[in-house]
Amino acid sequence: MAHAHAVKRYSGLMDWLTTVDHKKIGILYLISGGFFFLVGGLEALLIRIQLWKPLNDFVAAHTYNELLTMHGTTMIFLAAMPIIFALMNAIVPLQIGARDVAFPFVNAIGFWTFFAGGVLLNVSWFAGGAPDAGWTSYAPLATPTFSGGHGVDYYVIGLQIAGIGTLVGGINFLVTIINMRAPGMSFMRMPMFTWTAFITSALILFAFPALTVGLVAMMFDRLFGGNFFEPTNGGNAVLWEHIFWIFGHPEVYILILPAFGVISEVISTFSRKRLFGYSSMVFATVLIGFLGFMVWAHHMFTTGLGPVANALFSIATMLIAVPTGIKIFNWLFTMWGGSIRFTTANLFAVGFVPTFVMGGVTGVMLAAAPADFQYHDSYFVVAHFHYVIVGGLILGLFSGLYYWWPKMFGRMLNEGLGKLCFWTFFLGFHLTFFVQHFLGLMGMPRRVWTYLDGLGFNNLNMISTVGAFLMGVGTIVFLLNIVITSFKPRDAANDPWEDGRTLEWTIPSPAPEYNFAQTPLVRGYDAFWKEKMEGKKEMLPAEPLGSIHMPSPSILPFVMAIGLFIAGLGFMYGKGDYGDGFKAFLFNNHIVAILGMAITLFCMFLRSVYDDHGFHIEVDEITGDKGVKA
Amino acid sequence: MMNRWHVLKRLLPLLAGMVLLLSACGRADLSTLRPQGPVAEEQFGLMKLTITIMVVVVLIVFVIAGYVIIRYRRRPGDKSIPVQVEGNHKLEIIWTVIPIILLIIVGIPTVNSVFGLAKDYTKDPNAVQINVTAHQYWWEFEYPNLGVKTAQELLIPEGTIISVEAKTADVLHSFWIPSLAGKVDTNPGGNVNRMYFKADHTGVFLGKCAELCGPSHSLMDFKVKVVDKASFDRWVAAMKNPVALPEDQEIATVLNKQCLTCHAIGDKGVQLYPNLTGIGSRESVGGKLINTDQPEYANEGSVEENLKTWIKDPQAVKPGTLMPKVDLTDQQIDAIAKYLAGLKLDY
Repeated sequence: MAHAHAVKRYSGLMDWLTTVDHKKIGILYLISGGFFFLVGGLEALLIRIQLWKPLNDFVAAHTYNELLTMHGTTMIFLAAMPIIFALMNAIVPLQIGARDVAFPFVNAIGFWTFFAGGVLLNVSWFAGGAPDAGWTSYAPLATPTFSGGHGVDYYVIGLQIAGIGTLVGGINFLVTIINMRAPGMSFMRMPMFTWTAFITSALILFAFPALTVGLVAMMFDRLFGGNFFEPTNGGNAVLWEHIFWIFGHPEVYILILPAFGVISEVISTFSRKRLFGYSSMVFATVLIGFLGFMVWAHHMFTTGLGPVANALFSIATMLIAVPTGIKIFNWLFTMWGGSIRFTTANLFAVGFVPTFVMGGVTGVMLAAAPADFQYHDSYFVVAHFHYVIVGGLILGLFSGLYYWWPKMFGRMLNEGLGKLCFWTFFLGFHLTFFVQHFLGLMGMPRRVWTYLDGLGFNNLNMISTVGAFLMGVGTIVFLLNIVITSFKPRDAANDPWEDGRTLEWTIPSPAPEYNFAQTPLVRGYDAFWKEKMEGKKEMLPAEPLGSIHMPSPSILPFVMAIGLFIAGLGFMYGKGDYGDGFKAFLFNNHIVAILGMAITLFCMFLRSVYDDHGFHIEVDEITGDKGVKA
Repeated sequence: MMNRWHVLKRLLPLLAGMVLLLSACGRADLSTLRPQGPVAEEQFGLMKLTITIMVVVVLIVFVIAGYVIIRYRRRPGDKSIPVQVEGNHKLEIIWTVIPIILLIIVGIPTVNSVFGLAKDYTKDPNAVQINVTAHQYWWEFEYPNLGVKTAQELLIPEGTIISVEAKTADVLHSFWIPSLAGKVDTNPGGNVNRMYFKADHTGVFLGKCAELCGPSHSLMDFKVKVVDKASFDRWVAAMKNPVALPEDQEIATVLNKQCLTCHAIGDKGVQLYPNLTGIGSRESVGGKLINTDQPEYANEGSVEENLKTWIKDPQAVKPGTLMPKVDLTDQQIDAIAKYLAGLKLDY
């Protein structure tokens, strides 16, 4: 071919550092997100050990605050978001019949900046103390007046860097889903998971800039003596609450919508039935995304916004129950009349539905502002958001991982271990968090290092701790399953569940580098199922077999992230007492920060001036692959 | 139809039983489920209404889910393809409209209550006005119309509206007396929040800080002591009485030099940190060390013992507190603790 270039294709570690392939980036997201999930889980266990009995001193008070801050921050930004991105990367292009995302290079930047930010945040543990002002980092507790040291600096800078990754990732998926759908794949034929990925990306686009603005302002307060949130100098602490929650509430839906998508796919597949009320599901998803921006102040009912604001935000919040209810009943009626097979993936999905309803109804209870004056910042809230995030999102992610594991890795996870994982995790979860509703109602505030004896909190806290360990066991069983499975041969079929309905099940497991040898022609919703029902075994191709254009791998995204990491450290330590040696010269003149920024900007410059045309995979290579007919 | 009513009739006592179970939850002086005044009562009413509706919703979902899971599970070897249903307009309308109706049922009392609880009693001459100022990690209570200031223990008359104006001296805190009223945040920078509550009967109620405020957030407890109106008036008068310094001249000097530079006792000292007037008759020292003659738990002891524990090493009791380890000999600590424990108010 005329455009063929000799492009170096790496192997081993360099392959992973330079990859721009959405499937490999998905695996990178999964590994790093999984790692941070374990770190956050360990922090959770330490928290529960501290609370298992009254007046315990297993960890010191300030360490406890670091643990609760890092547990929340890690779980939201470094575990949940990346694992969602892992699934989106691994599956969305396959579901819409695309060969990659719209901007593969940007996709790699997204991963590496997230990873650099996450590592930076966790470096704080070894650099004199982690952030300790809660994952919400409310001013003035997070301002330099009340938080000396560098803990909150790590939060402010680490999240900014990780936030770049999330934002560009979101934009990438928006463009991908709008532009790269296979012929015939209209919006109203898109699989539900792709739809939720689409709406989540839109939410990211609008919500993350708000967080970035807040973090930049907080960074100026902390590093350069700004006064955005410093009340003693005329700043406004409530302003931070608004900025944070204008991001923070949509973030909740950013997290839960992809789980809704997973559940829709899994329940439909394992019931052998079309998703009930597909168009109302799409409508409900869009509506939830829209309303998600209208309700942030329900996190601030006790801030003192006045009765008018409280009443409006109460009602707006309650409204979200309507589209959510539509979804719940659509799932139930997808199963109704179906032929339900209880694989591990489906166990998680079926377990999700009632669990999420329990988290949802406490959400409506919290929406009633006067009652919220009692619930707010108590363990009732802790129970509520763990029901929606763990009982909703994490169950959804487990379901998705069991379901798509063969497509990502070419191997089926062991079903026996899978079921053990489900039951321990599921029971452990309810044991941990159900009792916390009552702890809150009985007067136990959240984020407490310890509690006094004789208040009636002892037994329920002990139960909660036992449950947390059971969840830990479930997670270990999952890891064990991965390890054991990885020794098995890669023999998963194209459609290993046999009831696959969407395009990802038409191609080999794992998908080849170019996904589809020939772009498929989509003739309806549940494209693959439609062909199957007409007795065909594969999709109609929409193009002749030809050479496939691929993007080149590049090390630049990795280096850019390293540059930002160095710059972040440089900014943080720009003010300090280093004596008058070389180190003082380097840091106090912001030379380290400038060096880091220079690395990143130089990479951007290289990327702009160096024209990379990518390379082609020729027909011979494609036909040589297993499972593709010429 | 008859049949369905039977089911409902059987469910009703179950629901009533659950409500009863809920209302028996927790300590009467601490639990939101055992309200001791009209504000907490109103909030509990809204909680009961929403919990009942939500339990019904959850049960409906559970029943449908349970039925579906059992009835439609795949039998081994089943290769049949179920009917591919696209949807059902009637059903979809039902599960859109019913939630909307339920939300209206919850929404109306919510809005009603939002405005009701926002009522401003700051100009009401019959209400007791109180300025609450939160500090890391203690509470300051000022009675502006009575000219009294105290700390850690809010003394109020029963059956009277207590009108609160809350603010903070440092970081965010949240003022919460679960059995009397929901919480209100204390904001910095002149951003004062108002709330009111009323206690139906006398007793001691537990108050908590509900917003992360630093290492000792969990130990930032306070007490609300509700007394009858005559006692309250006597207390106000007693707070203004002059207080005698210790008879031992050495201890009096130490107290003046080491304690009264930050604290106030009666007409003496400085009001920077917790006012110690009548500390001998308070329920706790530092919010954490409970004063009792029959200690049961590690954090309980007599007033005098608790004062000693506290003065000897405040950081060990409340990490991050601004109270330093004061330069005192053991004898001086004992004498000061004894003197402070003897500061009792007659009311």
